[in-house]
Amino acid sequence: MAGVTRRFHSGDRIVTALEDVSADVRAGKVTGLVGPDGAGKTTLMRLIAGVLRADAGSIHVFGINVSADPLSVQGMISYMPQRFGLYEDLSVRENLDLYADLQALPMSDRAGRYDELLHMMGMAPFIDRLAGKLSGGMKQKLGLACTLIRPPQLLLLDEPTVGVDPVSRRELWGIVDHLVHEQGMSVFLSTAYLDEAARCDEVLLLHESRVIGSGPPAKFTREMEGRSFVVRAPEHTKRELQAALEELNGVTDAVVQGDAVRLVLDAGVKADVVEAARIPDVDIRPVPPRFEDGFIDLLKGKERAARTASSGTPAPRLTGRTTDAAPVVIDVAHLTKRFGDFTAVDDISFNVKRGEIFGLLGANGAGKSTTFRMLCGLLPATDGRLQVDGRDLRVAAAAARGKLGYMAQKFSLYGDLTVAQNLRFFAAAYNLIGARRTERIEWALGEFELAPWRNATSRDLPLGYKQRMALACALMHEPDVLFLDEPTSGVDPLARREFWRRINALAEGGVTVLVTTHFMDEAEYCDRLIIMAQGKILAEGTSEELKRAIRTDARPNPSMEDAFIALITADEAGKAAA
Amino acid sequence: MKGSMMRLRGLIRKEWLQILRDPSSIAIAFVLPAILLLLFGYGVSLDARHVALGLVTENPGAATASFTAQFQRSPYFAPRTFLTEKAARHALAQEKIAGFIWLRGDFTRALDAGKTPDIGLFLNGIDANNARIVEGYVQQSWANWIAARAAANGIPDTSPLTVQPRIWFNPAVSSRDYLVPGLIAVIMTLTGALLTALVVAREWERGTMEALMVTRVTMNEIMLSKLIPYFMLGLGGMAVTVLIAVFLFDVPLVGSIPMLLLASALFMLASLGMGLLISAVAKNQFVAGQIAIIAAFLPAFILSGFVFDISSMPAAIRVITHAVAARYFVAILQTLFLAGTVRSVLLPNLLALLAMAAFFLSAARLVARKRLD
Repeated sequence: MAGVTRRFHSGDRIVTALEDVSADVRAGKVTGLVGPDGAGKTTLMRLIAGVLRADAGSIHVFGINVSADPLSVQGMISYMPQRFGLYEDLSVRENLDLYADLQALPMSDRAGRYDELLHMMGMAPFIDRLAGKLSGGMKQKLGLACTLIRPPQLLLLDEPTVGVDPVSRRELWGIVDHLVHEQGMSVFLSTAYLDEAARCDEVLLLHESRVIGSGPPAKFTREMEGRSFVVRAPEHTKRELQAALEELNGVTDAVVQGDAVRLVLDAGVKADVVEAARIPDVDIRPVPPRFEDGFIDLLKGKERAARTASSGTPAPRLTGRTTDAAPVVIDVAHLTKRFGDFTAVDDISFNVKRGEIFGLLGANGAGKSTTFRMLCGLLPATDGRLQVDGRDLRVAAAAARGKLGYMAQKFSLYGDLTVAQNLRFFAAAYNLIGARRTERIEWALGEFELAPWRNATSRDLPLGYKQRMALACALMHEPDVLFLDEPTSGVDPLARREFWRRINALAEGGVTVLVTTHFMDEAEYCDRLIIMAQGKILAEGTSEELKRAIRTDARPNPSMEDAFIALITADEAGKAAA
Repeated sequence: MKGSMMRLRGLIRKEWLQILRDPSSIAIAFVLPAILLLLFGYGVSLDARHVALGLVTENPGAATASFTAQFQRSPYFAPRTFLTEKAARHALAQEKIAGFIWLRGDFTRALDAGKTPDIGLFLNGIDANNARIVEGYVQQSWANWIAARAAANGIPDTSPLTVQPRIWFNPAVSSRDYLVPGLIAVIMTLTGALLTALVVAREWERGTMEALMVTRVTMNEIMLSKLIPYFMLGLGGMAVTVLIAVFLFDVPLVGSIPMLLLASALFMLASLGMGLLISAVAKNQFVAGQIAIIAAFLPAFILSGFVFDISSMPAAIRVITHAVAARYFVAILQTLFLAGTVRSVLLPNLLALLAMAAFFLSAARLVARKRLD
């Protein structure tokens, strides 16, 4: 790729999707195209596949210019788009037949190839099932099988792991490793999950339409060697500690991780800068750097170069601790929801205290959304007790809802309205009138730094600002309880940090926060969490407790994802044995 | 098997499986035309039947009774008697009757004096079509009655010539017989355009088009794979409407069946081509459906001449009607159903259909790019 630029016209605006992108993808390797949503990943994939044309620059695939001869390139590559490209009303076999015909696989080779692929994907028993009836992970594997029907020289995968549960995600990576390292295929895949970058041989880091870094993932972490630490301070809550640390000079990054704070220092800064914060009994331990540290360092470096130091929101320093004595705000006991014969939520109990950040972790279909909807009073429970702030949702849903703020997954805003119009609408929807409404709108514009965007159409906002605005709308009526549905998936890491800084400040101020997610990073921010599968709670505790439970000698430092997968597999093994 | 043939076979087989599993294509091809034809066939009629006609006889007598009796007997009228012209006017204003005949008090006297009396006919012009039919019928009845009376009295017919109308091709002058063939053309325009427009839009919507485009498949193969199955489905729908027309509506089919098949095939290609062209613009099913109705169905309904006579349209509009494929098909179907295989009428229309099919298919092919932008 050399100097690739691509712009889109949307009405009278021009959106630049890719700006002067030059990079090489090497044969026989897994190359990851890593970047947040909206960075231009899909556009680049489509350009390589020859279904879009570049405005400037050129792309050569195995020496062939894609825009001059897309058909030849398409004969050598396979491409799995984000939505897998499956025909849902065709069975697994019929989908394979179609792609075998399209790839001109000789009839005599088919039976053997189908067997091999289905075995690799572990889906031989489902060959006659309709594709539409498969689970998300299965669809993804079938999509992959279809693209592999005739082994391509280059396999393009566009965000193959989005919306797929961690178990399937891990299986997919196993398959990719097998293809590259045993069959010599080249794979180019895009992802918004930074933790996946470490599994690639090479990484292209895409941010705001530009490549900001490339090379083996170890290169990014090597530069961070000796700059990552875990900090604990028994006298302070982790959120106080985080807020204090990130304001220090020389700190690149400070994020809550489990019961501690993960700290990344600027290059050349020694760990003793922490002493400047005068935190009693502080415990600092060096940890190996991870890929995300390198990414943050690159982004912060760009920011430092682009702006002067004055910007940035200092988080309000709020005292007020989460103690065991804090009152219970959300109380759920023996909650059950049945749809006909199907039990979506099966006898779950938990409670959340004031000022706590509580996580609901689970794969798609685990019952998270159903639980969430019942808590919001949008769906009546079949059985069990359900109280929010002392009000029983089964009898006083409307009163309880007045105390709730809700931020939906896709930031449900009106794209055609301006920022100010959206805020005014949500203020009105929450019954704020007169001076109070004006005051809250001004608060939102100020607090979330949306004032410069006041008259911008919401659709045109960068993703991070959309997220801020969605949060502002949810907080319009100063709710005591805040529900967040996968709040930061796909958002770039800086915007994600800023978002959590606000959430942390809210929690410190006594707002109770409930988060659903299948994004392991988000789980780390929670004080406590439950892991759900098939409508049941598998485990409950802090992320440290959950990780500690599966620690072994072979795996001394398990991740949240390891813990999740271990619990799910143990649960399935238990069911199989029963 | 060559790669291209194998790809085409795979795509067509996929299309058939989808047709069998997803009932929407079947519904568009067979159920929609059948329902529309039944609705319009029973609902739209230009014949006046059971018209409520008022009769005002100021001075009843044998002569007035003889005149009004023909309306009492007629299946086209449901007469109501009024005593005064005022009462009848009132009923007309309230739209209780479509019109009335006023026989004044001097009716019998004028007749006896050997003169032809004047009669009054009042009609509600809001329904212009009905008013004109009633007017014509009453005039005819009046002339007949006068002539019959003169003959009975031994007075020779004084009018220099008489018109003996003889109506060809639709002897009963039943409007349904000529509306139904036209309706078939209008309905099949919608069906053809919807079939291809919706299935292609569906591929865009579900992201499968993107997956197809990055294989070695060519645009020709994709378009053929849409054309061939839905061409057959469309002809099946055509057969259903012809069967309904012939067996349910008793419309005679006097022309040749192979000619009907040839015309239908050409017309279906034009309609499917229009659908493909629409799908190049509209990449979701809702918009594709809207465009198919506005760009295919409405012009076919209004400008095909199936009910609104083209020759009485303003010149500019008449020019536009030449761009409506249904226009030629309406002419062909009305000829084949009612007049027979009249080559001099069929041939120019068939050629026009062929040109339309070629135009829409090549336009669709030119617009379609194997790219997402």
